[in-house]
Amino acid sequence: MKKELIKGNIAIAEAAIAAGCQCFFGYPITPQNEIPEYMSLKMPQLGRTFVQSESEVSAINMVYGAAGSGARVMTSSSGPGMSLKQEGISFLAGAELPCVIVNVMRGGPGLGGIQPAQADYYQSVKGGGHGDYHLVVYAPSTVQEAVELTQKAFHTADKYRIPVVVLADGVLGQMMEPATITVPKEEPLPEKTWATTSIGNSSRKPNIANSLYLDPYKLEKHIQHLAKKFDVITENEIMVEYNDIENAEIVVVAYGTTARIVRSAMNTLKKEGINIGLVRPITLSPFPTDEINQACKNANSVLVVEMSLGQMIDDVKIAINGEKPVNFYGRQGGVIPKASDVVDEIKKLRGVI
Amino acid sequence: MEGKFIFAGFGGQGVLTAGQIVALAGMIEDKSVTWMPSYGPEMRGGAANCSVVVSTSLVGSPIVDVPDTVVVMNKPSLDIFENSVAKNGFLIYNESLISTKPTRTDITILPIPCNQIAKDLGNVKVANIVSLGAFLATTDTVTMDSLIAGLKDKFGESKKHLFDVNIEALNKGYEFAKSLI
Repeated sequence: MKKELIKGNIAIAEAAIAAGCQCFFGYPITPQNEIPEYMSLKMPQLGRTFVQSESEVSAINMVYGAAGSGARVMTSSSGPGMSLKQEGISFLAGAELPCVIVNVMRGGPGLGGIQPAQADYYQSVKGGGHGDYHLVVYAPSTVQEAVELTQKAFHTADKYRIPVVVLADGVLGQMMEPATITVPKEEPLPEKTWATTSIGNSSRKPNIANSLYLDPYKLEKHIQHLAKKFDVITENEIMVEYNDIENAEIVVVAYGTTARIVRSAMNTLKKEGINIGLVRPITLSPFPTDEINQACKNANSVLVVEMSLGQMIDDVKIAINGEKPVNFYGRQGGVIPKASDVVDEIKKLRGVI
Repeated sequence: MEGKFIFAGFGGQGVLTAGQIVALAGMIEDKSVTWMPSYGPEMRGGAANCSVVVSTSLVGSPIVDVPDTVVVMNKPSLDIFENSVAKNGFLIYNESLISTKPTRTDITILPIPCNQIAKDLGNVKVANIVSLGAFLATTDTVTMDSLIAGLKDKFGESKKHLFDVNIEALNKGYEFAKSLI
């Protein structure tokens, strides 16, 4: 496949198509509009399903229906639209239905704005819907990685019967970068024997996609089953990237677009002889708790940089477990931190300024 | 080596296209590139701009805060971006539409009559490509050959009949800027 200069949003859509996404349901919202726009053109051409629903609520329930019948299905949205989807996401998690949900984050709360932010970390990682459940959350940092993680998201969803979120932001959605749309080679997946397909002439009972357990003991058993499954995911699926952590006096933890900004800051600091490390969680859920602790072992302190008031920092603090100071720098509301701001912040932490 | 650039103007002046051609040229040279447009209320009928980074190593932030070269095609963009240009950097402005002179003294200022040159070439729509030629005179990050290749890639076979006038626009812009430096 040829490398092309491609927008993050379109790359996500193309990646999904290459991964065999059979159905897309969505409703327009900036800054992710290129995803449904592209899907509206391509999916019908391929004989697959595209529906622009009347709202995000119906889109996520269409996802429930398609996933329940065993189809590979995706939806995408941003901020306010993601909030509307949360009830459906909880139901999908409860019914163990695999699907991919893309959130190209913008500033909130409320209608907020349309500029890039990372303020939906809690919503995706901690569960924006009700009940005891976890999602898998991937956080790409480049357009190529958005391609790979979108495709991986479908696989992980099918492998574990779990909704998977691809958590991007307005920068990644709107920017262009060279990328190759690969056709993923996937490990064999379990057959979807649970799908609510026609029983035809077989003697099996009809399958039901359900999240209702009125008997508390049965519900408890179900929740513990979900928890055990997530333990397996935590064991096997954590992804994290390390940059220059050896000899780093300060290790920065950042994900997505912010990690790129931190890398620019690190380059400036390196020229001045200041060694800074970067740990970039690629899975935000499951969170690389032990990995971050290990990566920060030799550092004097840790700095978390986010485009929010500080949400991931809670998980970093758990990872560091009080062993050293965990500081925070962030901008909010769609303001993108400058690399020079991160440089200043790190110098402040070193007591230079 | 890393070059950071901003192309700005109003919607329809082709500043996003000009930036994309630079990113394509960098990609053709196997460099790491990013192109990031402004998006939001300002792009609906108002100002448009894009940040482009071309680098021999992996691009970190795709947001350009201190550009090496800024190309402004209209007055509001000049007002916004003049102060952002890196010290010893370049400011290219479209003299055909901007009558106010920039005031910075620590940068190289290149007034280019982009619309006039394009008109003289018989197609005012190539004013953005004239500015792109001028831009090339300010940087070594991409070559003329790859800009032309990027331009052809961007416009595609369906606009093949416009290749010649665009390449001419590139050359004219380049020569005009070179004569000022």
